[in-house]
Amino acid sequence: MLPSPESLKETLQAQLPGIGLSIEGEGFGVEVKDWVSVCRYLKTAPALELDYLSDLTAVDYPPDRIEVVCHLYSMKQKHGPLTLRVKLNRAHPVVDSVTAVWRSAEFQEREVYDLFGVTFTHHPDLRRILMWDGFEGYPMRKDYVVEDQDVLEKPA
Amino acid sequence: MALRTDAKPTLETQPLEVNLGPQHPSTHGVFRMMVSLDGETIVKLKPVFGYLHRNHEQIAEDITYIASFPFTDRLDYFCAMSNNLGLAIAIEKLADVTVAERGEYLRVIMAELTRLVNHTAVTGFLLNDMGAFGTPLLYAFREREKILDLFEAASGSRMMCNYIRPGGVREDVPDGWLKRAKEIVDRYPTFLDEFEALLTKNEIIRQRTQRVGVLSKELAISAGVTGPMLRASGVNYDIRKVDGYSFYSRFSFKVPLGSIGDVYDRYSVRILEMRQSVQILQQAFKQIPDTGPAISPKGVALVKAPRTFRPPKGDAYGRIESPKGELGFYLVSDGSPQPYRYHVRAPSFVNLTILEDMCLGCKVADAVIILGSVDIVMGEVDR
Repeated sequence: MLPSPESLKETLQAQLPGIGLSIEGEGFGVEVKDWVSVCRYLKTAPALELDYLSDLTAVDYPPDRIEVVCHLYSMKQKHGPLTLRVKLNRAHPVVDSVTAVWRSAEFQEREVYDLFGVTFTHHPDLRRILMWDGFEGYPMRKDYVVEDQDVLEKPA
Repeated sequence: MALRTDAKPTLETQPLEVNLGPQHPSTHGVFRMMVSLDGETIVKLKPVFGYLHRNHEQIAEDITYIASFPFTDRLDYFCAMSNNLGLAIAIEKLADVTVAERGEYLRVIMAELTRLVNHTAVTGFLLNDMGAFGTPLLYAFREREKILDLFEAASGSRMMCNYIRPGGVREDVPDGWLKRAKEIVDRYPTFLDEFEALLTKNEIIRQRTQRVGVLSKELAISAGVTGPMLRASGVNYDIRKVDGYSFYSRFSFKVPLGSIGDVYDRYSVRILEMRQSVQILQQAFKQIPDTGPAISPKGVALVKAPRTFRPPKGDAYGRIESPKGELGFYLVSDGSPQPYRYHVRAPSFVNLTILEDMCLGCKVADAVIILGSVDIVMGEVDR
């Protein structure tokens, strides 16, 4: 069983001094600068061993923030999920990639980049994945305007 | 004259770039592999997809929770029932909906029948990829059709079932359905024996699949691979056991494991899983109550008046062991009748991450088999 968020927070702050961490529901909100170090710790700490990144996605909260959300489980100890969130500036959403920690982030981060426009630094191959190269805009953002399919040609 | 093996190549060579797909029967839909070849050996492989992308997630954010169910049928169109179940479980978690007992048993029965359908079909396709055109696939499809008839009797549609709802199932199965289903399930091991007699010890199949596309345990875990692929690599992780969702904790069944994680192991794990599914089904047929509602009162209210269904603010991540792996739905509610955020964690999308790692150093003909053993459905990968 996973420890409660409160005790986990204490452990994390003791192990990684100076990190910004807030309890949100069943999981944590992590600050952008600590994103990879917290993830790496959660994966390797012997009591947790959250070795399986199940799901990584984003939620758009206009006008000012985008949250990257991920759900972690442990395949060795069979516990989870632990939800991690990181709040990003919607105008320039940039966060470090966790592909080096969990390989399963590779395509999921590409999808978030493709549909939300979040840039993951140090990602090995950050390209669009579902939309085509050269597509403009980020379709999953709340302010994305869907093209009107009934109009054959755009008025000049 | 002795063959010189230490000779340095005198000609300048360059890798050959080949596109496998997007329109090719071996790619299981519109999927493209950009392959760099050195002779016949793969030195680089990049999967390209998105041809079937229709932004399922965005569509779902504009409609009510219930209205998404028909769309989930089209995610993994082989396993409509388990996709319905995944979304139903996520909604139940979000809004705290209880499930009627008979409905829950029917859901387990449908989910396991779907597993039989999926594994039978993918095994048939694997043989097709190896060049055994037609015959094994038709054996597989003959059995699959019998189960699809059951789905049609229960839901009105062979493949796009749209049957499971939060709180239970849309409506109870017709009279005599369970008896008919039991007969088909009881006969299934006979079919599996026949299928295995044709395939399991077949020398050609062993030559083509053993030690091909090996996936190590460590990489499988790190890459978030789930389902039969993960268990073929020897990791004991089955969400039916780990989470014990639905009534799976009431049944006794084993989790088959492979040893080295090659294509042959994935094939064997799927065959063994089908035998376990038959056991689960037989227990479910014994345990299911004869009477009782197939859907709970809250579920009925939700289905009858979807626009009045406003889950409390918050989020929920519901996941199930679909035939292809972990199928997860992440829902965020803002208290309105539509989900604020709706995300599908598709198993075959994540399982494709390590396609290149498995294919490097293999021959180009093996890439087709390795892709087949991943078991992808483009409706789910592209969403």
